[in-house]
Amino acid sequence: MKRNLTCIVCPRGCALEVEISEGKCTVKGNACPKGETYGIDECTSPTRMVTSIVRVSNREDTMVSVKTSCPIPKDNIFDIMSKIRNTEIEAPVKIGDIIIEDLYGADIIATKEIV
Amino acid sequence: MIECDILVVGGGPAGMAAAVAAYDSGVKDVIILDREPELGGILRQCIHNGFGLHKLGAELTGPEYAAVYKDMVTERGIKVYYETMALDVTNDKIVTATNRNGILNFKAKAVILAMGCRERSRGALNISGSRPAGIYSAGAAQKLMNCEGYSVGKKVVILGSGDIGLIMARRMSLEGAKVEAVCELMSYSGGLTRNIVQCLEDFGIPLYLSTTVAEIHGDKRLEGVTIAQVDENRRVIEETKRYIECDTLLLSVGLIPENELTKMAGIEMSAVTSGALVDENRQTEVDGIFACGNVLQVHDLVDYVSDEAEIAGNAAAKFVNGTLEKGETVNTTAGNGVRYVLPQRVHKTSKEDIALFMRVTEPFGKVRFTVKSGEEVLATAVRLKVAPGEMEKILIKKEKFELINGDIIVSLEEI
Repeated sequence: MKRNLTCIVCPRGCALEVEISEGKCTVKGNACPKGETYGIDECTSPTRMVTSIVRVSNREDTMVSVKTSCPIPKDNIFDIMSKIRNTEIEAPVKIGDIIIEDLYGADIIATKEIV
Repeated sequence: MIECDILVVGGGPAGMAAAVAAYDSGVKDVIILDREPELGGILRQCIHNGFGLHKLGAELTGPEYAAVYKDMVTERGIKVYYETMALDVTNDKIVTATNRNGILNFKAKAVILAMGCRERSRGALNISGSRPAGIYSAGAAQKLMNCEGYSVGKKVVILGSGDIGLIMARRMSLEGAKVEAVCELMSYSGGLTRNIVQCLEDFGIPLYLSTTVAEIHGDKRLEGVTIAQVDENRRVIEETKRYIECDTLLLSVGLIPENELTKMAGIEMSAVTSGALVDENRQTEVDGIFACGNVLQVHDLVDYVSDEAEIAGNAAAKFVNGTLEKGETVNTTAGNGVRYVLPQRVHKTSKEDIALFMRVTEPFGKVRFTVKSGEEVLATAVRLKVAPGEMEKILIKKEKFELINGDIIVSLEEI
């Protein structure tokens, strides 16, 4: 199987062609070793940071912004989003407070202070 | 009349960094005016990550980046007037503002303009059709979703592939909306490659280049848009018209520095950046009035906004202390392939290296930038790939200043 990717490690944006056969990835089109690592990671275990908001139940029209404490597997993004959407918290909240514990290896933490 | 040494207009990333830098340079009597109830400016609604990699060495979200500077402002006891809107700035540095207590007058020794920018609206685009609900600027939709928790729409078309439009494509997809298309009038995207990959490709959202929204349909609520390809003169090609059903149209079609106050003060402006003309200290043509951040030039990274604001803040402090560079300047101009260069003039007597910031006219592959004064080469820089969406920075070392013998021209050649 072949996959065409755009490398995002630097602004050059190399067009990568990753050949995946028998569990091995070969990357072509990369100008530097970082591109090879990026290409392999993207095709074997792609991860993303997720950022969203959680409603603050005891403050009118107030949302607190949140993020995953580390990148999570790309395939789990929508599952994490639905858990975040069904969560409400109470103020006060500080930056770094854990809102939901351990979802696919990451905590959901607050990125904004609500006094 | 409230007297102070330095008055900063705007409490976003530029205003906060400028005030902190001025304070740390020894001028403690600094006031910030902010029209919002909270410091942070646009960062408050930018809940995505990617801020601070250059400046703070960490990848933060917008509110986290804002909090770092907010804490610095608070720790220093810098006075902030919240929900206070500056209405007028004069060239003798009297600033009139209003808040719920009425009219306030400030007299400052130096003023730093840090009002940021606003979005271009539908009115500026001349799209024909009715005026239904469901048409937002991308930033307005971002505020409604991220700060107030509203769902903005379910089927979305986005016009403009600038970074805010791309970020909103991802944000709306994550919240369960279907983003049908992102249309870009130009033949290339104005957004960062990283955003094209992580905001569009990740969610299977098509990006149509050289394409625009030609018509808007719907009575009370938007029902759909007609998109069409454009020719090299950016005119709609009739036979390519295509209807897309949608309830929401987001416009991400450019940012305009918010310079009404600058113009009131009679400060000379650049037609290209839509910001003031400044020297390397970010001082405008009016002594003691400085400008920094998106009100001066629209930046793509907040890190560079903070850098620029520090230059302005340090210089404003020097101005108050009477130690700021005076004397003759030479102009900088944009040559082949370069759209603008900022600062627009520099002191050849400057005691520090001078960084020139610029944008290219169109995307190029590998290029060499050359900074010349007369026949003398002051600096060169090679880049593997350049695009108008990514600001370039080239340093002129102070040892080279003695070679300056006239206007400085920055140009590029493909290599």
